[in-house]
Amino acid sequence: MGIQIDLDKCVGCGECLSSCPFGLLEIIAEKVYLREGCTFCGACQEACDYQAILIEAAAEAPAAGDSYRGVWVFAEQRNGKLKSVAYELLSRGRQLADTLGTELCVICFGHGINEAQQLIAYGADKVYLMDAPALSSNQDDLYTKGLVELIEKYKPEIVIAGATSLGRSFIPRVAAILKTGLTADCTGLEIDPETGLLLQTRPTFGGNIMATIICQTKRPQMSTVRPRVFKKGTPDGRRKGQVIRVDFNKQRITSRTKLLSFIDDIIEAVKLEDANIIVSGGRGVGKAENFQLLEELAGVMGAALGSSRPPVDDGWVPYSHQVGQTGKTVCPKLYIACGISGAVQHLAGMQTSDTIVAINNDPDAPIFEVASYGIVGDLFKVVPMLIKKLKND
Amino acid sequence: MNIVVCLKQVPGTTKVNIDPQTNTLVRQGIKNIVNPFDTYALEEGVRIKERYEGKVTAISMGPPQAEEALREVISTGADEAILLSDSAFAGADTLATSHTLARAINKLKQYDIIICGRQTIDGDTGQVGPELAEMLGIPFVAYVSKIEEIDNGYMRVKRMVEDGHEVIETPLPTVITVVKEINVPRLPSLRGLAKARSAVIPIWTAQELGVDKNMVGLSGSATRVIRVFFPQRVHHGEILQGDLESQANSLIDKLREAKIISGS
Repeated sequence: MGIQIDLDKCVGCGECLSSCPFGLLEIIAEKVYLREGCTFCGACQEACDYQAILIEAAAEAPAAGDSYRGVWVFAEQRNGKLKSVAYELLSRGRQLADTLGTELCVICFGHGINEAQQLIAYGADKVYLMDAPALSSNQDDLYTKGLVELIEKYKPEIVIAGATSLGRSFIPRVAAILKTGLTADCTGLEIDPETGLLLQTRPTFGGNIMATIICQTKRPQMSTVRPRVFKKGTPDGRRKGQVIRVDFNKQRITSRTKLLSFIDDIIEAVKLEDANIIVSGGRGVGKAENFQLLEELAGVMGAALGSSRPPVDDGWVPYSHQVGQTGKTVCPKLYIACGISGAVQHLAGMQTSDTIVAINNDPDAPIFEVASYGIVGDLFKVVPMLIKKLKND
Repeated sequence: MNIVVCLKQVPGTTKVNIDPQTNTLVRQGIKNIVNPFDTYALEEGVRIKERYEGKVTAISMGPPQAEEALREVISTGADEAILLSDSAFAGADTLATSHTLARAINKLKQYDIIICGRQTIDGDTGQVGPELAEMLGIPFVAYVSKIEEIDNGYMRVKRMVEDGHEVIETPLPTVITVVKEINVPRLPSLRGLAKARSAVIPIWTAQELGVDKNMVGLSGSATRVIRVFFPQRVHHGEILQGDLESQANSLIDKLREAKIISGS
């Protein structure tokens, strides 16, 4: 199991060194050595002309077999209303199901959900709906048990869910119970035309590296996807589908944890994930009071207020405004980055925005690399000027 | 109160550079560190111990050099540390990792609270905590930002969700993952440093854990990385020229032309 280097075959040519995306190979005394951290990706094996590097594949059990069929999307709701990530996953799920020639099912737990027909319009063939008052507030235990039961009963080959705080909290538990693989925060999902396997691509190392991951022998193949990674499709009201109500079995599906209360701490009117325009500030804003200037611009434009990590770390704005790797992923029509340098972790959360405007006094700031329009200048002059111009019209 | 903190040694990659010639990560000069999110987990464990008495045991699965990370957390308050290290553990995905950690925690026998960081900064998955909870068959709460109270076999915590906080009550034992808002980790004390130097850190291998080798490492992993590559950024932006006013005018005009904002 793992990687083997045949030192007799190695001529110390060093051809393999640059092939390792993690830079783990080195030549010592004309022989290649591997440091810790290998993911067995096989790049060095291909690069070696002397067959000195061998990746031993695990003794694969035969593929999980055809008993698992269908693509499932877990559709998350809050207060009976589905989150937009559910529709985003539906559009990609439809493509996956079509490629595989199989059905697309949506799983929805909650109370008072009346969007089942809409889910069908957006591409679902079947909607499994478990409706009960207990399911309305997001209770991890109930969702975990409910989803495991359905998966065991209907055996889908693929299950995808939003990488929201709920999804990232309970989907790994489902995967652990089913003893299957799960790939977090995917930004790409494709079907391998040769093997029919789900190719799950995700950023790793803080967005510095992309990795494509498969789950070869276990089923279902499971992934979480961050909101705003895929685009919502267009509905077709003529589509036909089936709504299947699933009983909520109170005896079997129970929760050990209890939700005592919820504290809403979004301070502005427009929620970040739903905003068409986001005005966002970074370290360059300087201090908490200066965020008022950005709030004013946001107010004029009907925008939501965002932030990179440093202002949140320093307590200038609440965490709920943070955009990036450990904050929210957003994809507004317009993202205005003020005094944000553009660390990869921040870019990971906003670079798919339709239009990006960067205002920064450092012309070399990486944010300009992703910006559609850049203004190199002092944000404390540029932003007031924009406010004035927008107000005057 | 028996507290177990799971942690990982990771490359301190926040300032990672890419060699333009070879297109690979530049490793030189990158020190290994304790995963930053795990330092909050350790600190919270130590605070619980200080408040309710007990013991903090740090566990890490990794190569032999991960012992450095365990010494580091002894200097900041862990009472004991155990390294899970075996060539059979290499190449583990989150499923195999959590299986290995669960076996080690079962071997400890006594545990009330297991604390993990919300995610690592290298893998970024955040899956080991919840998977570990399931393998131990105990409750799980993610993204804890405050431990409000521990009493009579229950713990009340505040956790972060997208649009606010939830207050959750969970019976013990339980697994939680913590966010950085929960505390400010302390620096090592002189006493801690001395203790870290002399501490004996046992190494538990696959044999000591009694694990099936097909459940750990690469063979126990359900997922496999088949390709790694660097993200492509295509840059076709425009830096607006001219004085301040013309820059502002030109920006507003462009946004209006593209119908991104309304107005004349």
